[in-house]
Amino acid sequence: MAEELVDVRNLGMKYQSPNGEIEAVRDVSFTVSKGEFVSLVGPSGCGKSTILSIISGLLKPTSGSVRIGGEWVRGASRKVGYMLQKDHLFDWRTIYQNVLLGLEVRGALNKESKERVMGLLNTYGLYEFRDKYPDQLSGGMRQRAALIRTLAVDPEILLLDEAFSALDYQMRIAVTDDIYGIIKREQKTVIMVTHDISESISMSDRVIVISKRPATVIAIHDIKFNLKERSPLACRETREFPGYFNMIWRELDVHV
Amino acid sequence: MFMSERQEPALSRERAEYLRKLKIRKHAILTARILILVAFFAVWEIAGNLRLIDPFLTSQPSRIIRTLSNLYMQGDLFKHIGITCLETVAGFLLGTVLGTGVAILLWWSDFISRVLEPYLVVLNSLPKIALGPIFIIWIGPGPSAIIVMALAISLIVTILEVLNGFLSADPEKIRLVETFGANRLQVFTKVVLPSNIGSVINALKINVGLSWVGVIVGEFLVSRAGLGYLIVYGGQVFQLDLVMTSVIILAAAAALMYQGVVWIERKLMKNPQVYGRM
Ligand SMILES: Nc1ncnc2c1ncn2[C@@H]1O[C@H](COP(=O)(O)OP(=O)(O)OP(=O)(O)O)[C@@H](O)[C@H]1O
Ligand SMILES: [Mg+2]
Repeated sequence: MAEELVDVRNLGMKYQSPNGEIEAVRDVSFTVSKGEFVSLVGPSGCGKSTILSIISGLLKPTSGSVRIGGEWVRGASRKVGYMLQKDHLFDWRTIYQNVLLGLEVRGALNKESKERVMGLLNTYGLYEFRDKYPDQLSGGMRQRAALIRTLAVDPEILLLDEAFSALDYQMRIAVTDDIYGIIKREQKTVIMVTHDISESISMSDRVIVISKRPATVIAIHDIKFNLKERSPLACRETREFPGYFNMIWRELDVHV
Repeated sequence: MFMSERQEPALSRERAEYLRKLKIRKHAILTARILILVAFFAVWEIAGNLRLIDPFLTSQPSRIIRTLSNLYMQGDLFKHIGITCLETVAGFLLGTVLGTGVAILLWWSDFISRVLEPYLVVLNSLPKIALGPIFIIWIGPGPSAIIVMALAISLIVTILEVLNGFLSADPEKIRLVETFGANRLQVFTKVVLPSNIGSVINALKINVGLSWVGVIVGEFLVSRAGLGYLIVYGGQVFQLDLVMTSVIILAAAAALMYQGVVWIERKLMKNPQVYGRM
């Protein structure tokens, strides 16, 4: 197995508020290797976003630690690119200005980085749309633009927080395939959180099943498909798929 | 996957008909507006001539024109208009700049904002006009005191209006720039300000009106020069012609200034870089 790029150890998070304490995460540990696609699947409100925020360095855990490439994470990590639930493209910026946002904030705007962004726009079919505004693009194109904005700062690890859940179902399936292809091509390591079991199985090399709040690790599954070329859509049609689905479904113990 | 560009298709008959009706309606509205204005002045003039109303108390368009030309001959007309407009513009600009500045400070520090909250509430509900005599004694009866009066009236409203806008900036968009490691200043310049040009402009619009109120009240109290002074003076010497003339000049000047702000808004709207596309 390759080296471990992300090492999450004994993570615990208790939110404090005047009304009391909410324990969101309890003793969560896992590792992610370089190039791996790992997803955390768990019920709504279980603490998934909290775990991602801690990994990204935006949030300080109350206990435990995160190391990326051997270094402790303190403050927003430059090795991490974070994709939120919605694309959050700024409607007062053109697509080009939007995808430059991260570089701008990091003070990394220069000729090379701009050229790289142009390259990304070109490769992923957004070059002609660079001077358009977000409301002139379809949902799928917007999602691509959001991904390119994240890739522009050249992160080693991508964190996806229910990145497709704002889209309607058909669009979501198509966009998932599209984004998956780009991520694989760019050879990024991914940690994704979702409450959608099918989505997690169809995209991941490994699925970590998370309990309801406080989030703890219930089980970790390696996901393997007998496919020559893997894509989320193809995975959904394999014979192994329902087996994985039922297993995780039972572990999540969903009650209406 | 792309949304098609909007193209202008050849007009259908129904569409052409609809557009024609729209245009007619627009003209009708404009005509009605002008008619009301003309009718108002005509009735006023005629009723005065026929002694249905007493022009000594109500004045008359012809007398207003005479008063205007007299003022002009004496060389006082533009002096009074100029002073009042200058004071208003100064109050307006100060109110906008200071108000926005304080709003930025309060957005920046939740602590300061919380500490000052009750004071802002009290100041906001206090009728600022009550402070007029204090300003005059402290600053002296002159344009400065009048500008401060205008400022006092518009400042708190501007602060609250702009701060409200700042605080309503989408927290998820703020989070997004924070994932790139943005500091507070970057959060402000990249997200909070550009998504709030709209509320700043709204504050400007409110401010124009309030600055006029402040300046006129100030001139009532100071009574040295300006349209407010003419109104008070005219009242004291029972010269309703002078009062009415000043009020009409005031209405025109205030409307012009408001249009100026609307013009600035349009300019900004054309440039989505500055103005959040709604
Ligand atoms: N800043 C905060 N202060 C207090 N409690 C919080 C805070 N953020 C989250 N929580 C609470 O912690 C719990 C976990 O939140 P989190 O957003 O991590 O869950 P999630 O699994 O991502 O949920 P969802 O499926 O809705 O996205 C929730 O009950 C939430 O109310
Ligand atoms: Mg979440």
